[in-house]
Amino acid sequence: MNSIQKNRLKDQLFKFWGIACTLFALILLVVFIGDILIDGIQRIDWDFITDLPSRKAEKSGIYTALMGSIWILLLTTIIAFPVGVAAGVYLEEYSKKNRLSALLEINISNLAGVPSIIYGLLGLEVFVRIMGLGASVLAGALTLSLLILPIIIVATRESVKAIPQSLRDASYALGASKWQTIWNQILPASGGGILTGVILALSRAVGETAPLIVVGALAYVPFAPASPMDEFSVLPIQIFNWISRPQHGFVENAAAAIIILLLITFVMNGIAVYFRNKWQKKLK
Amino acid sequence: MRKIKEFVIEKSLLSSALITIAVTFGIISVLAVEAFQFFSEVSIVDFLTDSQWTPLFTDKHYGILPLLSGTLLTSFIAISVALPVGLSISIYLSEYAPKSFRKTIKPLLELLASIPTVVYGFFALIVVTPFLQQIIPDLSGFNSLSAGIVMGIMIIPFISSLSEDALHAVPKAMREASYGMGATKLQTAFKVVVPAASSGIIVSIILAISRAIGETMIVAIAAGQQPRLTFDPTVPVETITAYIVQVSLGDVQHGSIEYRTIFAAGITLFVFTFLLNTLSFYIRKKYRQKYE
Repeated sequence: MNSIQKNRLKDQLFKFWGIACTLFALILLVVFIGDILIDGIQRIDWDFITDLPSRKAEKSGIYTALMGSIWILLLTTIIAFPVGVAAGVYLEEYSKKNRLSALLEINISNLAGVPSIIYGLLGLEVFVRIMGLGASVLAGALTLSLLILPIIIVATRESVKAIPQSLRDASYALGASKWQTIWNQILPASGGGILTGVILALSRAVGETAPLIVVGALAYVPFAPASPMDEFSVLPIQIFNWISRPQHGFVENAAAAIIILLLITFVMNGIAVYFRNKWQKKLK
Repeated sequence: MRKIKEFVIEKSLLSSALITIAVTFGIISVLAVEAFQFFSEVSIVDFLTDSQWTPLFTDKHYGILPLLSGTLLTSFIAISVALPVGLSISIYLSEYAPKSFRKTIKPLLELLASIPTVVYGFFALIVVTPFLQQIIPDLSGFNSLSAGIVMGIMIIPFISSLSEDALHAVPKAMREASYGMGATKLQTAFKVVVPAASSGIIVSIILAISRAIGETMIVAIAAGQQPRLTFDPTVPVETITAYIVQVSLGDVQHGSIEYRTIFAAGITLFVFTFLLNTLSFYIRKKYRQKYE
């Protein structure tokens, strides 16, 4: 075999290796979801969704955890959405190239990489203790809002940046002020992209476990929260709690709750992708 | 009137942006204040050199090394899985795969990254550990091997996606020059494209390491809660993050030394990830748009 043939052989071998690696990851994804479906699907019925948690596995449901997750999701949206978009718009439309903008940029990039559990420690000290909110839904939502803020800011900046300058010039030419231009032209035009980023950020928040454990969310809550000041649990914490119990019935419960959680996550991701595609078409 | 309105709006937008600075400031001061009080009771030398971490026992030792070794061990295993697989995927997708295949596969791989980590923890404990026990009979029910491997799978899309972006950004002319010299795709990939995209690839690896060090639920569920200074992947260990979870689940009084240990552990974790993130930021900044 001469060196050309050798090189071609190596080339082919690497190609198969690349395909093998890609398939490996995808097959794992399938095995993963398949295994959880097998373990949990027969446990899911209406009672499982509406039952309160119980010491007996077969009587336990996810009602309180699901309601907790919905509360967290709503409050986090209300808090993080306006702040994140406002910050993103500021950085892209107002901020001049100076020391402050450079600091803001490196800071946001750094915050995006801070482990989620550190946000939990921040929330525990600031929201739970100093502000006296206790281990409430509000404290949890504030903590998760800070966690997803960088994601929303980055998504907003990218979307606003994608709007052509001609749109701004046209608006200014008609005598609109800067804010009128942003409010009437830029935000509607970049809405699809911002929405995509916000939904992706929220889908991350729904799956977060560690920061909420640190903030003091409970594994066992007898009632669904009725106000932002109530204590709460969320789906991922309920799952974590069931995984750590030895009896087999709870493993089944955990798998069933995971199916619900994955469903929520994947639906949110699906919606996000839908908005992105629609928006990108519109932009063109 | 209009000027005042514009001014007020601009300042309120600015204050939203400044919240991010407040968050960083908050994180650093919260960690520093609690850790400072911790170090007024425990000597920093003990913290860095004692080989035992037993703050919840009667015989208390406060050496961070066992938690650090647990964290580094699980992260090392994760990166050993994610790096070769993730890089191979990125090179395959960018250099070999047809465009349509690439377009379908990338979102599917990114789906792996959107799965909540508690779900990966379930997978590690319920599926991977029993499977590995058939191969390694001595493997403990909680171990860093299984947690590390599953964490590696979770990190694959981080490396593959970011590296693929970097490889894809290398101009076509460079590849064509290499093909023109008679090089194969493999030679072109490793001698031309990968070196040209190296800064982007390095950034993706650094971010993956930072992600592995800070990962919590997989290790809290599958690696155990026994801090020990070991690099044996078959026995239970405890990571910094898993320790914080363990204490948070219990009933620890504010102001007690146990309460402060989680901040001392937290600041250790923060320092590591902060250094890695800052490093990746500067690499990205320095080499950005090299080819545009």
